[in-house]
Amino acid sequence: MTAIEADAHTYENGTQETVASRIVRFLSTTPVYIALIVIGFLWLIPTIGLLLTSLMAPADFSSMGWWKVLSKPSLATWQNYDHLFHNGPLTHSLWVTAQIALGATVLPILAGALAAYAFAWLDFPGRDWLFIFVVALLVVPLQMALIPIFSLYNTLGIFDTVLSLVLFHTAFGLPFSIFLLRNFFIGIPKDILESARIDGASEIRIFTRLIIPLGLPAIASLAIFQFLWTWNDLIVALTFARDTQPITVAIFNQLTEFGSNIEIIAPAAFVSLALPLVVFLAFQRYFVQGMLAGSVK
Amino acid sequence: MSEAGAQVGSPPLAVDVGKEPGRWRDYAVAAGFLAPALILLFVWIVYPTIRTAVRSFFSADGSKFVWFDNYRSIFTSDFIVTAIKNNAIWIGVVPALVTGIGLVFAVLVERVRFSVSFKLIVFMPMAISLFAAGVIWRIMDQKEPDRGAVNAGIAVVKDAVSPAGVLSQALPSTPQLAGGPGQGLVLQVPLHPGDVARLGLTGIPPEDLPQSPVQAVDPTPVSGGISGVVWRDFKPGGGKPGKVEQDEYGLPGVQVELQDTNGKKVESATTEPNGTFTFDSVQPGVYHAAIGAGTFAKPFEGVSWLGPKLITPALIIAYIWVWAGFSMVVIAAGLAAIPRDVLEAARTDGANEWQVFRRVTVPLLAPVLTVVFVTMLINVLKVFDIVLAIAPDSVQDDANVIALAMWRVSFGGVNDFGLGSALAMFLFILVLPVLLLNIRRFKREA
Repeated sequence: MTAIEADAHTYENGTQETVASRIVRFLSTTPVYIALIVIGFLWLIPTIGLLLTSLMAPADFSSMGWWKVLSKPSLATWQNYDHLFHNGPLTHSLWVTAQIALGATVLPILAGALAAYAFAWLDFPGRDWLFIFVVALLVVPLQMALIPIFSLYNTLGIFDTVLSLVLFHTAFGLPFSIFLLRNFFIGIPKDILESARIDGASEIRIFTRLIIPLGLPAIASLAIFQFLWTWNDLIVALTFARDTQPITVAIFNQLTEFGSNIEIIAPAAFVSLALPLVVFLAFQRYFVQGMLAGSVK
Repeated sequence: MSEAGAQVGSPPLAVDVGKEPGRWRDYAVAAGFLAPALILLFVWIVYPTIRTAVRSFFSADGSKFVWFDNYRSIFTSDFIVTAIKNNAIWIGVVPALVTGIGLVFAVLVERVRFSVSFKLIVFMPMAISLFAAGVIWRIMDQKEPDRGAVNAGIAVVKDAVSPAGVLSQALPSTPQLAGGPGQGLVLQVPLHPGDVARLGLTGIPPEDLPQSPVQAVDPTPVSGGISGVVWRDFKPGGGKPGKVEQDEYGLPGVQVELQDTNGKKVESATTEPNGTFTFDSVQPGVYHAAIGAGTFAKPFEGVSWLGPKLITPALIIAYIWVWAGFSMVVIAAGLAAIPRDVLEAARTDGANEWQVFRRVTVPLLAPVLTVVFVTMLINVLKVFDIVLAIAPDSVQDDANVIALAMWRVSFGGVNDFGLGSALAMFLFILVLPVLLLNIRRFKREA
């Protein structure tokens, strides 16, 4: 079930297909082809629109549509991006975003893998109930935590720090992480673990030397998920960040003057989605696997 | 240790030894593995959930126990009621649409060779933040058709169906021509075949004139037909109304109608660059010449997607753009898992493609469709980012949803943590059935 890539050639294995049946198939699928090409084109337009808008001089944006750039490429300019990368606060927020996304990817996987191992292969009373409880936390809306954590952060004095954001994301990423990894770990052949135990390996050694390497595919899925989720977050950062703001919040603060500062908003939005897009395109197989394994969230 | 746990395969060594110290040591190891996760979950999810539940019964600053007052305010304050109504629209429309669109895409794409590229394109918005997607659609939804792509698309279609007129406004130059741009102008002089109609207009904005205007020509009579001219009956210095003179320009592209005495359209013609038009062969009788109202049809001004009336549909379109790919990919995976021979068997039994789809594919897909539907239900309940990104400040009250109302009440300046907690609880209660459903599902699987 590698979803996106799977099943692409189901119809190409018919090697003994006659010419006639090929023609019939071609005629019956042509409308489908056309429909799909049109839909695919429509689906691309918005993103292309943002890209072209980000390349327009601000004066041009207020007077003409971005599609004019297609017929007159001389309208395009790197000027907005040049300004963006010389804009201290905005580049700083990109850096903050990267820190948050990185921390909030590594921590839930680490803590999640440890717990998932315990749920899958260690023995303790109430294990299954505890696991069900953790999985139940999957659907708790994060709105439930905003107010108490807001107060807690103020009391602890860690409000508006990268750490505070990372910890919040970590906690809310954990149920999914534990759920996904436990289900993967439990599929690891029992013999491998038992022979390691008989050889006298400690649990932590089994975990680091066996489980983690064997669990890499699941960990990869999870990492991509968690990375995209935290990179793209708005509500958590909007609540707990003032000066340590990631790019989404920085763009949000510009939005109130939409129209007058499109030359900042459009390139910033495009930069903010460029990295996730690259990550997604590079690892889409893992992304889809993870999604299929746990489309409960 | 529970029965289910034994089946999943717990290490025999740990159980068999049976010595108390050994077992306690195993528990300690397990606790060590669990501790980081459980601490995080407890501090950031479990404790806050309890805290929010309690807090929802206290006043804005937390000093007074107010029973259910906050919950009452949810249903009495206007902007929250709007938010609930909007969320109801989201719930009613989005999960079904997203599931349906995903199903259609998945079924269609299964048959084509470029399915990988198509899936990738439709799935791509999933990688983008809902917030960035919002910015994208805010640009798409601009009102002016020459800036907003959505309205530009509508304008193309609309111009093909009912094109805009060549003139935005005009006045008759002589009293013989009666009417106005709204209803069209009718020449009061009765016409017979062989007559000439002169329809002079003034008060035409300069930008409505053609770029290189052509001298108007006084029409020559046509035997058995009616000829005429529509021209700008004005030149610098004035000129004589009702007479085609030097330096007065013809008005091209004007729709001229020939009407019978009842005002019914008999024939129509469009004027030449010099303003002339001809109805070649006309039955004997009495006619009137008129300039149709279509000449003054206004160009498409753009749908106000970001205005208070259409903001929720605009948001939903953007949201579907993001989530259709998710639905398509999950359903496509479900489709791929359906055994081919089941479908083949149905086909050999004489079922046509539609029957196979309706009677075999969809029922077999039901569990997958349910997962997509329920996932979307939860997502839609918590919709937040896209509203903040697309809806301009002035219409955010009209576009409001529960999650946004919760945030604005709590952190948007009012800082009413009591009402905010009650709203969070409200969301929580709404997802509770799904939570219970999940527990039941996992208990069965564990």
